[in-house]
Amino acid sequence: MGRTLAEKVWDDHVVRRAEGEPDLLFIDLHLIHEVTSPQAFDGLRMNGRRVRRTDLTIATEDHNTPTLDIDKPIADPVSRTQLETLRKNCAEFGVRLHPLGDVEQGVVHVVGPQLGLTQPGTTVVCGDSHTSTHGAFGALAFGIGTSQVEHVLATQTLPMAPFKTMAITVEGELPEGVTAKDLILAVIARIGTGGGQGYVIEYRGSAIEKLSMEARMTICNMSIEAGARAGMIAPDQTTFDYLRGRAHAPEGEDWDAAVAYWKTLKTDEDAVFDREVVIDAATLAPFVTWGTNPGQGAPLSASVPDPASFADAGDRLAAEKALEYMGLTAGQPLREVAVDTVFVGSCTNGRIEDLRAAASVVQGRKVADGVRMLVVPGSVRVALQAVEEGLDKVFTAAGAEWRHAGCSMCLGMNPDQLAPGERSASTSNRNFEGRQGKGGRTHLVSPQVAAATAVVGRLASPADLSDAPALTEV
Amino acid sequence: MEAFTTHTGRAVPLRRTNVDTDQIIPAHWLKKVTRNGFEDGLFEAWRKDPSFVLNAPERQGATVLVAGPDFGTGSSREHAVWALQNYGFKAVVSSRFADIFRGNSLKNGLLTVVLPQETVERLWALTEADPAAEITVDLVAREVRAEGITAPFELDDNLRWRLLEGLDDISLTLANEADIAAFEARRPSWKPSTAKV
Repeated sequence: MGRTLAEKVWDDHVVRRAEGEPDLLFIDLHLIHEVTSPQAFDGLRMNGRRVRRTDLTIATEDHNTPTLDIDKPIADPVSRTQLETLRKNCAEFGVRLHPLGDVEQGVVHVVGPQLGLTQPGTTVVCGDSHTSTHGAFGALAFGIGTSQVEHVLATQTLPMAPFKTMAITVEGELPEGVTAKDLILAVIARIGTGGGQGYVIEYRGSAIEKLSMEARMTICNMSIEAGARAGMIAPDQTTFDYLRGRAHAPEGEDWDAAVAYWKTLKTDEDAVFDREVVIDAATLAPFVTWGTNPGQGAPLSASVPDPASFADAGDRLAAEKALEYMGLTAGQPLREVAVDTVFVGSCTNGRIEDLRAAASVVQGRKVADGVRMLVVPGSVRVALQAVEEGLDKVFTAAGAEWRHAGCSMCLGMNPDQLAPGERSASTSNRNFEGRQGKGGRTHLVSPQVAAATAVVGRLASPADLSDAPALTEV
Repeated sequence: MEAFTTHTGRAVPLRRTNVDTDQIIPAHWLKKVTRNGFEDGLFEAWRKDPSFVLNAPERQGATVLVAGPDFGTGSSREHAVWALQNYGFKAVVSSRFADIFRGNSLKNGLLTVVLPQETVERLWALTEADPAAEITVDLVAREVRAEGITAPFELDDNLRWRLLEGLDDISLTLANEADIAAFEARRPSWKPSTAKV
């Protein structure tokens, strides 16, 4: 019987297979950041162990870094200690680090691909659940906990329990104005936050094949929000074109050998998935969340659902609690929901195409009175590219704040947070209670919807702006 | 890792679905660089509500958390497991756990037990009616027992063995170091390297 893409990559990394034991998998790339690594390095020290493969390990600072005044000492002593701990650990164990202020610094899942380190057919891990992002290249990439970070540092391997495979096939054309973010939010609403539990998802079909690498990353990034540890997309010419010439991409004969291998990384025609979901791209529309988990979403044109409409008692209770927390009432049109803050950024939507999309919407327009719009590039490289294209000026002219690269308000570890009761439209990945700040309320949206929402002051899509003539640039 | 064989204790019934790791331990706690001291951060936001189940006097000292489906969704933060353990929990029962959280829990000796939702409902009913009711989580017999309830659960033999013995995964893996070296020797040269170019 044929094998799926995920099974092929798995099989190519089995270091040891023994009856009654989980497969021991080799890890090609280990990404490190300041939040989930300190206790792992402590463990190495306690046991007198070293980092086995510093040449397959790379660190950056992203979760806990400020996005303002980065040239000044970090005000919060606890945050400062955490960053200093990473710097000391990387120096002691010989791990390459791109700290705050370095040109390669940024959100770890933006940095790996832009350096060309994320490659098809590799295994990629990081102490961060959004490691699934790298699956866009046909890599088997998944988030791990700190104990596993320590395990990979010490052994460059992980014992892994087998997974099931799921195909999500999206055929047809995405309608105008519908993005990868809308697609993945619709997928999560359909299969639920636990729907992918135990699975690796492969996204396939004509609608997926037409997507850019960055859009593919947005989709794979949020696989974890459907409960799947990993999402994958078979590598193709789009993947090869993205990688060619990047700093760590193979060159010359190595490139040819790599591409020859990468071309074999497709699910065989006779392979069988444990579960299949089919989605017609034409039925999709701009999608937003109304609740406190990423599965609680609806098309922007819909209204806040009535909890009574949920058949399952658990879902009903969850919807009731969500509406209470979010300060919404059943039946309220989503387009009438007013926001205080708009956040554009994160490993989900902080890449250059996302910034271009948001900039094209606010170009010549103004952020609505009383709305704060934060634009946080996913990496320094993304920021530099945006500046070269003048996007920073488009944002600031519209009244948005242009910040330094990092995770920022996606998880609210640094000072970029919502105040209690504040509401955001956010291009990030999680709308959990308090995720963006204690008492904050989050609606997950695409960059286009985020930008239109900033202009209107209520949840909106660019199509809602078409009647309003754009303001002339000041 | 601390070994887990069997544990008996009172329960906290948590009638919530999708208890994400941001609820279990909010992000601002993640600035700490240790594995301990997270107990006050456990369910921090919910604990501000005096009626939250964890605040009930009769739940103090309880060691078994019985939660709704999709417990531990979201982030990979192992701090969520440490917070539960630091607070005093020894086991968590749910009908479905998020994968990363589950993996983290078993690496730390916090036993996460999957039982059918119907059994979870019965455990909720029992422990809500009688806060003094005890639940036994028996890894040897792979069974959860409480008054009127005997529920077998599944756990992979290898995982169970490692938990029962309290084994260190890294030492187990390093015992097969020769396999790792052999794999490394046959890796293609064009595979990515983080060495500066």
